Amino acid sequence: MIILNGESCEKTDTLLALLNEKNYRTDRIAVEINGVIIKKADYEKTTLNDGDKIEVVSFVGGG
Amino acid sequence: MEDKLILNGHEFTSRFILGSGKYSLELINAAIENAGAQIITLALRRAAGKDVENILDYIPEGITLLPNTSGARNADEAVRIARLSREMGCGDFVKIEAIRDSKYLLPDNYETLKATEVLAKEGFVVMPYMYPDLNVARDLKNAGAACIMPLGSPIGSNKGLCTKDFIQILIDEIDLPVIVDAGIGRPSQACEAMEMGAAAVMANTAIATAGDIPKMALAFKKAIEAGRESYLAGFGNVVEGGARASSPLTGFLHD
Repeated sequence: MIILNGESCEKTDTLLALLNEKNYRTDRIAVEINGVIIKKADYEKTTLNDGDKIEVVSFVGGG
Repeated sequence: MEDKLILNGHEFTSRFILGSGKYSLELINAAIENAGAQIITLALRRAAGKDVENILDYIPEGITLLPNTSGARNADEAVRIARLSREMGCGDFVKIEAIRDSKYLLPDNYETLKATEVLAKEGFVVMPYMYPDLNVARDLKNAGAACIMPLGSPIGSNKGLCTKDFIQILIDEIDLPVIVDAGIGRPSQACEAMEMGAAAVMANTAIATAGDIPKMALAFKKAIEAGRESYLAGFGNVVEGGARASSPLTGFLHD
């Protein structure tokens, strides 16, 4: 299991697989795993481990 | 010479920075167009996934994105949000908000300064939202800020230039663009800030809570332009007590 944006979910092999499964648009997000930012080019080769804390963020309206 | 707002070498002809919070995505394009804005603020939040609509799909090409660090309670959190925002691939601009007071949403100048020091070194165009304090403003300049963004009144209050005299001190003393942020509720208040010599005005709530959002964006644009023009033109003297005739005082018919 991993923690995605504060909620437990099933682990996938790679970060890209997780993002695809959750229907994220990779051109509209930024990702942090255990506090470390992952470059977009590295999504595919980044493997996930049990207990990883993953944050996926995007822009919203704000002042 | 064209009158430009310059932030770390980036040039803008518009002096109206528009917020994108609290209104529908469908209205963003019209608001930007009517505002004539070239810089739009955004916030960073956890993404919902599931092909949710994204605000970036509604912002025209060529607009400079200014992500804020809202939600940050200290310098470390602001730096983290800024770095994540840059990873989105939309430029190096960041508006620092470091706020731990949830009632008045007043910025923590000390934490703001710490975040500015870190992010300026990392090449960000740092635009710190700050409480108008001269000493802190000097420190922010020395830390590499691209401008300073003092508040007119608490965020979202629409109360206008409650800090007017202190913003004037910053305009007079700090050799950086002074962009009045927060609390500007009416075009007349934006105009007044520009007449004082502010380099730009940032507004969100005043537009987002207006009856007609695109129309209010246009009203702000005109007011900001009027204020800038009048500042550049230079004001005439104020006459204390009495009057000074505008028409000639000779050639009256009764002489």
